Amino acid sequence: MPKLTIDELAKTRDRVRHTLALREGGEFRAKVNVHMGTCGIAAGARAVMSALMDGVERRGLHDILLTTSGCAGLCSQEPMMTVELVGRAPVKYVNLNAAKALEILEKHVLGGAIVAAYALGVGSERTDL
Amino acid sequence: MPEAATQKAYRLHLMICAGTGCVSNHSFDIKAALEAEIRKHGLENEVTVVPTGCNGFCERGPILVVQPGNIFYQQIGLKDVPHLVEEHFLKGRPVSRLMYVPPAEKTPVPVLSDIPFFKKQVLIALRDRGLIDPEKIEEYIARDGYKALAKALTKMTPDKIISEITLAGLRGRGGAGFPTGLKWQLVRGASSANGGQKFIVCNGDEGDPGAFMDRSILEADPHAVIEGMVIGARAIGATEGFVYVRNEYPLAVARLSKALEQAREYGVLGTDILGTGFDFDIRIKRGAGAFVCGEETALIASIEGRLGEPRPRPPYPAQSGLWGKPTCINNVETWANVPVIVDRGAAWFAGIGTETSKGTKVFSLVGKINNTGLVEVPMGISLREIIYDIGGGIPGGKAFKAVQTGGPSGGCIPKEQIDLPIDYESLAGAGSMMGSGGMVVMDEDTCMVDVARYFLSFTHEESCGKCTPCREGTKAMLDILTRITEGKGTAGDLVLLDDLAQGIKDSALCGLGKTAPNPVLTTLRYFRNEYETHIRDKKCPAHVCRQLNVYTIDPAVCLEKGKGCDVCRRNCASEAISGEKGRAHAVVQDRCIKCGVCADVCAFKAVRIS
Repeated sequence: MPKLTIDELAKTRDRVRHTLALREGGEFRAKVNVHMGTCGIAAGARAVMSALMDGVERRGLHDILLTTSGCAGLCSQEPMMTVELVGRAPVKYVNLNAAKALEILEKHVLGGAIVAAYALGVGSERTDL
Repeated sequence: MPEAATQKAYRLHLMICAGTGCVSNHSFDIKAALEAEIRKHGLENEVTVVPTGCNGFCERGPILVVQPGNIFYQQIGLKDVPHLVEEHFLKGRPVSRLMYVPPAEKTPVPVLSDIPFFKKQVLIALRDRGLIDPEKIEEYIARDGYKALAKALTKMTPDKIISEITLAGLRGRGGAGFPTGLKWQLVRGASSANGGQKFIVCNGDEGDPGAFMDRSILEADPHAVIEGMVIGARAIGATEGFVYVRNEYPLAVARLSKALEQAREYGVLGTDILGTGFDFDIRIKRGAGAFVCGEETALIASIEGRLGEPRPRPPYPAQSGLWGKPTCINNVETWANVPVIVDRGAAWFAGIGTETSKGTKVFSLVGKINNTGLVEVPMGISLREIIYDIGGGIPGGKAFKAVQTGGPSGGCIPKEQIDLPIDYESLAGAGSMMGSGGMVVMDEDTCMVDVARYFLSFTHEESCGKCTPCREGTKAMLDILTRITEGKGTAGDLVLLDDLAQGIKDSALCGLGKTAPNPVLTTLRYFRNEYETHIRDKKCPAHVCRQLNVYTIDPAVCLEKGKGCDVCRRNCASEAISGEKGRAHAVVQDRCIKCGVCADVCAFKAVRIS
């Protein structure tokens, strides 16, 4: 580790900053919730989450909150996820896989356009996170 | 560059408390179990476990806070780990049975910031608590760490740094409350022979019974102390510093050592700091745990390798300290405040607190209180808010009696003054002192004479013996107090105690002796009737002084409720109980040694104490 200069100190701060933002309840532009009930896991929700984690990390996105919640009650259409952009109504997606999830990440989460083909409807059950 | 955990993105951060309190409650074992369970579920790329410094709510440890969401889990055991990982971290369903439920309520409070214990706290010295891994300098840097140092080295002259600290109104957090800016000014102005060398010292010799503020800061955020010291060094023109810390704080020593290494590696300590040409380095000096070494001249002697004994002042260390050179000594908490003041400005800091006492103070809240722990509150907050709102009141529905602040040098403040605002002046006015921040809460079952005797026995034991008033005076006072608690007090004792206390205060060599009589003086002032009851009636109203208790057995209760169960007689070591199974028992007074065992073992409360 070479010694830091004043500039490098600021750069180090910016580089690590996002990790801490997650701990401090920082600002997030979107919350993506993968339903991780037993039904969801059995239908492949873990693969959906892994794909999203990977997609978010590869793009270096620090303002997307990835969370999980239990069964949403529509077990036959799992895996499901709910996308909530700040200030907009949540949208539920059904019958997902890794590729569909990444498409939603690209178009809806980042692009702001709902992917109607996979969407169940607008609205969400209440979650605590 | 050490990247790993601080670089990789995780969706959940499990902040496990790794302060000494939680560590002794096996938090490292829980961390290992969490990591194993996380791997078992294949979540190791999604969920990370981060050890942090003391969370503060020590009563409820081991503590785990889940981010994002700020979900507070308490008293976690190894057996809770599998359920917690599957339910919350995999399936996203927080586990309510591990959450905090306030006394007298039924619903758990999931979010940390909604818990009353945390609500009224304002964090400056403890600003990074629970948010960073203290062993990772990058996480400290990410929370604006060393930003103040960069500012101090490039945008401020030494005089400007000192004036900022002066304007902020920062006062020493170790006890006496001397204005920090003024102290720095004196050291900066002091002339030094031999190349103008000056020293910086951090006083981490925390010795008050029940106090652990400094330990927590060193464990939770060692870089905050280091950064403060480097800024101080720049301000006064020092090239070398020492942290004097007790060897009985192994975790603090380990974390500080690691932090010093990282700071040197990153160029914020050592030579050519941040490329500005400024040199300053810090060494750790481990103390052996003598209370007197918290006194600055004794501490200096100890660092120099001499016997830890104080010497008369003046000259003050600001003129002649370590090896005769001008030396600036501040306490751990004071140093931790410095970077924030430099970063955010004096006006911001001075906006918190009261007219004469600015900023916040860390207290360790212990004794007869529901929420034992470490709290940081703005100056000016009332004792009532600390004890009832933050501390959650007195356990077992008992009545609040007094609070002892300032450790063995402080005093007891009675319940009548519970609305007293906490600042240097009002505590001194009440006969106590801010001290380093110990706060021992006492309930109606506490005997104030016994409390005074306890603190006197502590200072007597810790007196270094160099000056006569402290060595002999504390002994004489302790003898009188012991006599009173044994029922051998005489009418003149209180006058004699007063005289001795005044004499010691006026003539002792150092702070230890000068303040040692405070617990006696304040209890005499506020609880004189308790002393008189002990002396005149030979009674202890709180039944603490056992030699004054008379134990009797209510024959009706013994026979009717307990059926003469005989447990007391079998447990009495001095065979002072008469009776046999099935019959009423009685205490044979002339054989009773007043040990109180009969009262402890009687399940039917038949033993009366008067």
